[in-house]
This record gives sequence, structure tokens and C-alpha cells, in this order.
Amino acid sequence: MSELKSVENTLASPTGKAPTGPARGNGLKREGLGNFLRSYGALLALLLLVIYNIIFTRNFLTTQTLNVNLTQVATIVIVATGMTLVIATGGIDLSVGSLMAISGALAPLIFLSKQGPFSDPVLGVVAAFIIPVLVAGAFGLFNGSLVTHFKIQPIIATLVLFIAGRGIAQVVTNGNLQTFRNPSFQYIGLGRPFDIPFQVILMLVIVALTAWVMRVTIFGRYVLAVGGNEAAARLSGVPVNRVKLAVYVISGILSGIAGLIVIAINSSSDANLVGQNMELDAIAAVAVGGTPLTGGRVTIFGTLIGALIIQLIRYTLLANRVPDAAALVVKAAIILVAVYIQRPRQS
Amino acid sequence: MAQAEPLLLMEGITKTFPGVRALRGASLRVGPGEVHAVIGQNGAGKSTMIKILTGAYRRDSGSIFFNGKPIEFHSPQAAQLAGVNTIYQEINLVPFRSVSENIFLGREPRRLGFINWSRMNAEARALLQQFDVKIDVTRPLLTYNVAIQQMVAIARAISFKSKLVIMDEPTSSLDDKEVSTLFEVIRRLKAQGVSVIFVSHRLDELYAVCDRVTVMRDGQTVTDKAIKEITKLELVALMLGKELGEVTRSGTTGFSEGTHQAEEQLLEARKLKVGHRLNDVDLDVRAGEIVGLAGLLGSGRTEVARAVFGADQLEGGQVKVDNRPVHFRSPADAIKAGIGFCSEDRKVEGIIPFMSVRENMTLALLPHLSRAGIVQKAKQQEIVEKFIKRLDIKTAGPEQKIRELSGGNQQKVLLARWLCLNPRLLLLDEPTRGIDVGAKSEIQALINELANEGLGVLMISSELEELTEGCDRVVVLRDGHSVAEIPHEGISENAIMAAMVHETAAAPGGERNTDV
Amino acid sequence: MATIPANAAAVPPGKSQSNTRARAASILQRQGVLIALVLLVLFGSIRYENFLSVYNISSVLRFNSMIALIALGMTFVIMTGGIDLSVGSVAALASVVAAQVSPNGLLPAVAAALLVGIFIGFLNGFIIAKLHILPFITTLAMLLAARGMALILANNTSVSASYETDFTKLGQGDLFGIDFLPIPAVIMVAAFLVGIIVINYTGFGRHVLAVGGNEEATRLMGLPVDRIKIAVYTINGALAALAGIILASQFGAGQPLEGNGWELSAIASVVVGGTLLTGGMGSVGSSLIGALLLGLIFNILNFENGRGFISLSAYWQSVIRGFFLLVVVLLQNRLARRNKT
Repeated sequence: MSELKSVENTLASPTGKAPTGPARGNGLKREGLGNFLRSYGALLALLLLVIYNIIFTRNFLTTQTLNVNLTQVATIVIVATGMTLVIATGGIDLSVGSLMAISGALAPLIFLSKQGPFSDPVLGVVAAFIIPVLVAGAFGLFNGSLVTHFKIQPIIATLVLFIAGRGIAQVVTNGNLQTFRNPSFQYIGLGRPFDIPFQVILMLVIVALTAWVMRVTIFGRYVLAVGGNEAAARLSGVPVNRVKLAVYVISGILSGIAGLIVIAINSSSDANLVGQNMELDAIAAVAVGGTPLTGGRVTIFGTLIGALIIQLIRYTLLANRVPDAAALVVKAAIILVAVYIQRPRQS
Repeated sequence: MAQAEPLLLMEGITKTFPGVRALRGASLRVGPGEVHAVIGQNGAGKSTMIKILTGAYRRDSGSIFFNGKPIEFHSPQAAQLAGVNTIYQEINLVPFRSVSENIFLGREPRRLGFINWSRMNAEARALLQQFDVKIDVTRPLLTYNVAIQQMVAIARAISFKSKLVIMDEPTSSLDDKEVSTLFEVIRRLKAQGVSVIFVSHRLDELYAVCDRVTVMRDGQTVTDKAIKEITKLELVALMLGKELGEVTRSGTTGFSEGTHQAEEQLLEARKLKVGHRLNDVDLDVRAGEIVGLAGLLGSGRTEVARAVFGADQLEGGQVKVDNRPVHFRSPADAIKAGIGFCSEDRKVEGIIPFMSVRENMTLALLPHLSRAGIVQKAKQQEIVEKFIKRLDIKTAGPEQKIRELSGGNQQKVLLARWLCLNPRLLLLDEPTRGIDVGAKSEIQALINELANEGLGVLMISSELEELTEGCDRVVVLRDGHSVAEIPHEGISENAIMAAMVHETAAAPGGERNTDV
Repeated sequence: MATIPANAAAVPPGKSQSNTRARAASILQRQGVLIALVLLVLFGSIRYENFLSVYNISSVLRFNSMIALIALGMTFVIMTGGIDLSVGSVAALASVVAAQVSPNGLLPAVAAALLVGIFIGFLNGFIIAKLHILPFITTLAMLLAARGMALILANNTSVSASYETDFTKLGQGDLFGIDFLPIPAVIMVAAFLVGIIVINYTGFGRHVLAVGGNEEATRLMGLPVDRIKIAVYTINGALAALAGIILASQFGAGQPLEGNGWELSAIASVVVGGTLLTGGMGSVGSSLIGALLLGLIFNILNFENGRGFISLSAYWQSVIRGFFLLVVVLLQNRLARRNKT
């Protein structure tokens, strides 16, 4: 409330013109730097990290290093992309890790089945791609309907599946580790068309597609309008509930895909581990990337960069023999610094 | 005239925010036991001045003397302890907490370190009794109406043994009866020797209760006079920085007198019912006319507009558009039928702050602007530029964030949001509220022009001037009923007021004012 | 003179009735949790032979004391409109510190671990209040940092606590050797009693609720909002550390990997207890009931399996908990909506 008022007071000169011209001066310069950091801080940090590594980390500039990093970051980016949309509407999705576990638990059950329609190898693999992702999407729909129809706060609504979802995955598999070798299914995690890991291509396609959707489509505008001012959006005829349902479904679907990638890489599915702490990584990537958690603004490429930063920090520390545990501490510091720099101007 | 030693003297105050010089040597002088009005357009520097006084902002230069001593408050708390208390426009209390807690928060009476609830409640009761307010002080504040909440805020201020009480647009959410109660309280404060700074957009009120007036413009103080020595028109001229002649030539609003050519029936609403707030409302709007919707706060004005627009679900009654019964399940349905709705609270229900002027303006139009879900940017750009020009919206460009615009220009963008849809019926809820005088008359003139072009307008307004000068007919609501329809010949401030209050009228007290 | 018209001040009859109804509903809402707990206990005591045995009761209390303590601190944080995701990690870190210091005796171990918790809590509060970073993000970062520190300190493995000193008595022993007074449960109950008094009878407690109800107003009323926020996170850090100490003492080891998801269990307890996640309204005591309720579900599942008719794997536990949370939230939601109209 007071924010807008003081903006009115400070920015609206009596003629209503935005403050431009000579009155600015020094303030402008300082603000300019702040704005620059807000807009490009994450990219700058990524560049600095890359430069540091080129100088200090041995064998950094190799395709192998690139592939290792991209492969590891792909699932985070895919999930974080969905999370970005949810956050843009002012929501949050804590259930992503559990949904990954569910989809990761279902896929082997399908393509390993000895009887029924899915015992056919081709059909089995196709179904193992489609059904788990659809199921994850359906759980996303469940999240979305709790948020829209029952007006439950997103953090609580998705907490339900965060708790129950992994349990469902464990119950389905009886908590057993499922191991498998199925090259056609595992292509999603191990395939290398043009010598590029398949999941990296998938990741880039998803990011580019989402960024494009957010930029040019009416859906993208609606997502931002809902996050920016839900009441106003509703009164302007925006189908608020459908938009919200959609973002949770998308988040669910992308989590489902990420779950498949993880088990394909591991050649095994452990419902206890797949996607664990993924919600934290995804939210961190979104926040570091510069999408405010309050909704209404969004940067998909920022999220990609945010995830890359987090990944690269971990890699840098490991490559320089800093233990994984210490990397957690550094990651924490990076998140805070990034969010602090990119926080909206105080009025 | 020799003045007594002033209670408050602020001189040569300057304050610069990044990019804006909010105050340029402004001054303010308030005598003891004086009710002092501070007026000015939005952006004139009133709020900044007050925030500097109360310690919310630091001044860049200038001096403040309070009670004869130079002072510098570093926080609102320091100001409170020194006897300067502020009652803010949007009542700043804690809704979930009880009335007595809200009065004593931060200074709860204690016994052995623990809160002494019985003493606290007793003292709160006693304080409110001074204003003849007898309520259960243990209930959460949110169970009371706005007027009571305001009294609680004042009681809190008094309990600090204030020497100076600042009221920042205290009447903006009160109905007439409540305003007169508030004025009574102000007079009592004055009688106790307490000074009051009274900030308001409503000039009539100043004459009713204030002793002196300070007019601010462009961050400077342009006048400090006894209110008796200055006319309303002179005040407006000073605020606008115009010669007196320019102002007197037209009426006080941007509407031109005279009826519009009313054409075919557009909207016909019968026996509308929503919850217990709306009961039995009848209403007609024809193409090309402006129908005013008047009533006290809580009489159901906003609810009527929301119900017609499909924002709230009707529980009874019938809405016809073009003589065909319609049933809107959401605003989207109403928009498809050619209806637009400018809500009362721009910030809460209007603007999307971080989106650009372009995106805000075309939000409702998007379905028409897109093909296969993709927004056609060139078409969008064209429309936005057309409306920026047509409504004379002062903006750095279509890409400027709407939150950076002044209130009047934001309102123009929101009007354009509907106008670009080429609607046939526009529902306007307090279209000029909280907007500075210049933009206000521009918007009024625009509404007038639109009606001339054949648009049907339903205009909710608390300003009688707006209703009498602007409307072809006025429908008056009371307690959720439509109680009168005043034809153009009969419209006068007296007629409207009489219908709003009527002899048997019960103020909407007790109930929560839903359209605050 | 114009007094406040009677009808503006007095409550019209219709309204007062609906208020009584609203009050009744709110009582039901608050006591609803208690009723659910009582029903669950009744169900258990009728169905299972040893359900009400001293052993079962005291072990339920002993094992749930940790989540309950965290839920207590979380209640304060949530009342200010904040959230603290770092508590599970802080508990793990504190358990490691306590175990490492435990050869020096119970008091030094407790003091050291508490200090760590207080420090991290203070840091959370400071960053949130002074640097204006959202609680969710701040404590998410601290979740990672505290976990990292716990792993570094413990060298990635659990740290045995000393059995030479009194340290393990804290988690495993009973007060005065009375077997229905397990020390962790006593600590838990004492902490909640203090919490209830603080929230209802001290200025600080009321100010916590005021901050969550309307932060801007509270600031303008001159209350030290920043200090209040820092205080609740500090308290929460201390209580999380206390939970960690009990953890180390109960299992005889500092557990750097334990406490995963505790923050969400604690939040669930608070929500089940009826405290508004948006802040400003809630009940400390109900959080305890919420925590016990969620804990009891696991206990009953164990008994059910023990009867041998069905065999529900432990994995059902989280499914049932999640379902239970859903039911409670939906019920509260319906009540809240009915209140409005």
C-alpha cells in the first residue's frame, strides 16, 4: 500500500510526467548500476565463474566438462522452468521432487511388466514415457485445484503431495530399488544425438519453448497478470483459475519428465531418493535467476542461468577438492547474495 | 496579525528522492489548539512533509521546531512519545487483534511483567467513552466498521497525550454521518488544546472544521491563511497554480450541463439480490446516458456493479442486456457482452503494477489481439498509441511500468483498458477518487464525451457535484435497496441527500462496509 | 452534538448472532484438533491392548518431542507471517555439536549446541529483517548452509556421543526416574507452557501477533518490528537446537543427515493446529496438539501392523499423513469460508 503511494508521491511530478531530464544526475548513476546488477547480475556472476574456472580449473575447457555440467544441471533446469511459471503466478510448488519419484517409480513398473499390454517392448517403452508423465501432470492438476477451487495457499497445498507423494512412490514399489537395462527407454538420459546428451537438448528445447510462450502468447501475459494482481486480472476477464491450473499441471509434467531422466541415467529407480531436495534446488535456481518469489515478473533464461550458476559452483568446488558439504554452504551464500542484489528497489 | 508562539514550525524543508525533488523549501506553521488544513494536488509534497515530521523520512535540510524546541524524530515511535500522532488514510491498525490491544499495543499496562488484561480493557473502554463509543473492546477490530476503527485510531492517539494529531485524509472512507462524528471529535480535541493537522481533498470539509489552511504546490508552500479569509475557488486556483479567472469560467467538474440523447435500453436489472448486502435493486441504463448510482457507504453501490459485471454471483433477480436475459458467470462473460468495469480501488483491483502501460491497457483486449494464442504485437502497439494520444496519458511511453504513473494517469490507462474493447456499457466505480484536480476534470470530460458518442455509463460516486453535474438520472441506494430514481430535472444535491438518508434511514453501522 | 449513532456502535442483533456462530465455529476450529486427538486416542485405546500403556505413551511423547519443539518455534515465526525452513538442518547441526562437546558434560554440550542454534536463528532474523530478503529464501539458504556445516563438522558421518557423562540421560532418561516422565516430554511440555504464557500474557507475545496481522501498522505504532522478527527466528533457532540436542542424546550420536523434512512436518503441525500461515492469528497450544496428532498416526499404524490382519508398510505413513493434512486443511477452509458469509 505505502509502496505505491510513495511512488506516486516521489515519481509523479505535478504534471504527471515521469521524472526525466536533468533533475536526476548522481542518483541516476547509482541507480543505473543497481539496475544493471538487477538485470544482468546473474549473467555476470556466471561469466565470472566461467572465467575463474578457465584460469584455475584444469581441463575446464573441454567438451567433457561441458557435458558433465550440462547433464547434471538438465533435470534441475527442467523442473525449475515449471517452478518459474508457478512462482510467476505468485505460487510455489513443493511437490516437484515427490512427483519425480512417482514418475520414476511408475516407468520401470511399466516397461518391466511381464504381462498385460505393456509387455510388448515397443508399447511398453512408449507407455513408460507417456503414462508417468501424465500421472505427474494429473497430480499437478490436483495441486492446482487445491489452490484454485479450494483456495488453499500454494505452500500448504503442495506440501500435501510433498509429504504423501514420495510415500505413494514408495508404496507403489514397496520401497524396493528397481534396476533395469533398457537402452530404448534410457535414451532419454543416456542418448547422445550429435554427441550432445539427449537430456541437454530436451532441456534447451523446454527452456526455449517456455521463454517463447511467456514472451509472445496470451497465456504468458495471463500468467504475469495473475501473479501481478489477481483481482485486477479477474476483473479484466482473465481466466485466473484456468491459468493457475495450467501452471501447476505444467510443473507436474516437467517434474515427471525430470524423474524419467534421473532413473534413466541411474539405470535404477529408488523411490526414496529420486528427486530428493529437488524443490530446494529448483526454487534456488529460480531465485538466483532473478524471478522474484512474489510473482508477476519472470525470466526463464534467468532460471537457466541460475541453475547453471548453482551447478558450476558445485563443480568448481569439487574440482578444487572442496568437499560437497562445504559446497552447500557456498551455495547458500550465493543464493542470498544473488537475491539481495536483485531484490526490487525499496521505495 | 500577531500569532501566538506556534506549536509546530517547519521551515525551509527540502527533500530529494532519486530523480525527484519532492520538497523545495516548504514550510508549515501550526498554532496550539489549531485545526490546520494542508491541501495540494497529488505530488505537491503533503505526504512527504508529514512523513518528515513524523520521522518516517529524513529531511535533507530545513528546521523543525516543536513546542519551541528544535526537534528531529528518528522514528514514528519517537514522534509519538513527543506527542505527535498520525492517523493514516488507510487505517493502520491490526485487524485480528482486539480493540483494546490496538489502542495499547506497545504500551500494554503490566503487572509483574505480564499484561494486565482487565486494566487494559477498562482503560480502553474509558478512552472510547470520551467519544460516546460504547463497544466490546475485547473483540477483534475487524468486526467493527470503518468509522469505529477510525475512532479506535484516534483513541490510540489521544492515549499518548498528544499535542498534535495528524489526520491524513481521514474522511475518505467515512459516510456523512461518520464524518460529522469525526468533526465533533476534532472539536473536542481542539477544546482540550490539542492541535490537528488535517489533510483532505474535500474542500467543504475544510470550511466545516479547520481554522487555517496551508496550500502546497510543487514541493513548496504557496499560502498559509485563515480559512475564513479565502474562498473555495481561490484555494483551487492556488492548488492548480492558475489564475482565478480560468477556474471560475467552468463549473467545478469537467461535465457539461445538459442531457444526452438517451437511446435504446441497454441494461435492465430487476430485483438484484446478493447475500444480505443487496436486496431488491432495480436499475436501467440506456445507450448514450450517464446514470449515477448514489448511496452511503455500505448501501451496496459497488455490489451492484460487481453483480451486473458477473464478479459476484447473483442469488436472485434478473439482468437483461439488449432486452435479452443474461447470466454472467464471470467477468469474462460480461466483457464478451460489451460491458466494462472500472473498479474503485485502482491499486487493489485495477493496475498490474509491474506490467507496462501497454500490457495493462490491452489486458482485457488480449483475446481479440491474438491469433492461435499468440499476441499480435503490431496491432497491440497501434491501439495503445492511439489511446495514449486520445486520453492524453502522460507517460514516458507504452513500455513504462504503470506503477510509475500518477494516479490520474493510471486511471486513464484503466479507462482505456475498457475503451479499446469498444464497449457499449461502462460501469465506473468512483472514477475520480483520489485523483488530482486537473486529471479529474479531464476524466469527467472524457466520460461526458463517451456518452455523447452513444456509450451507456453507470457511474458510482460519493461526490454530489459529480452526480448533479454529470448524470442524466441518479438511482439512489439505501441498505441494499434502490429507493429512488431521480430524473434529470429533479437532480440536486439536496434531492440526492434526502433520498440517501431518508427519515427512517438507518446508517449502515454495525455491518462491515464492504465497499470501503 | 453528534455522538456516534447507536447503531454504528452497537451490534445489530442479526450480526451478533452470526458473530456467535462465527465464534462457535472458531472454537470448533480450534478445539476440532483437540477433538480429533481425543477421538484418535479413544480409537487406539479401544482397539489396541497396550495403546494406553505407560511405555507407549511415554515413547510417543519422547519421539515426538523434537518435532513438537520445532513446531513451537515455528508457531511464533508463522504468527509474524514468516516461515523457517532451516530448522531440520539446524537440529542436525546442533546434534553434531552436542555430541562432539558431550565428553565435557551435559551442560557444556547443551550450551554449545544452543549457542549454535541461537546464532543461526539470529542470522536468519537479521537477514530477513534488515536485508529484506524473503523468509522463504533466507531460511532455504540457511537450510543448505547448516546442513553443510553439520556434514563438515561431522566429517560426513554420525558422531558418537559420550556415554561417560550425563548427556544421553537427557534424551533417554526419565525425570526423577519416574517412567511416565520421559525428560524430552517434560522439556516439551515446559517449553509449551512458557510459550503459551508468552503469547498470551507478555507484550512480546502480543507484538508477535501484531506484526503478522499488519506489519506496516505495527511499525507505525512505533513497535520495534525488526527486533521482534529477529527474536522469533532466534527463538526458533534455539528450539531447533534443543530438538537436535535431544536427538543426539536419544540416539547416542550426532546425526548430520537427520532432520530432513522436519521443517515441513513442523509446518504441517502448526497448520493442523489452526495457526494462519499468513500470520497474525493462531494458537501455541494447538500446535502441540497438531504435532502429537500427526505423530500418533505413525504409532497407530504400528499397532495396526502388530495385530497382523493387515500389513501396511511404513511407507503408508507419509501417505496417510499427507492425506490427513489435506483433510484438515480442507475442513479449516470450509469453516473459514462459512465464517465469512
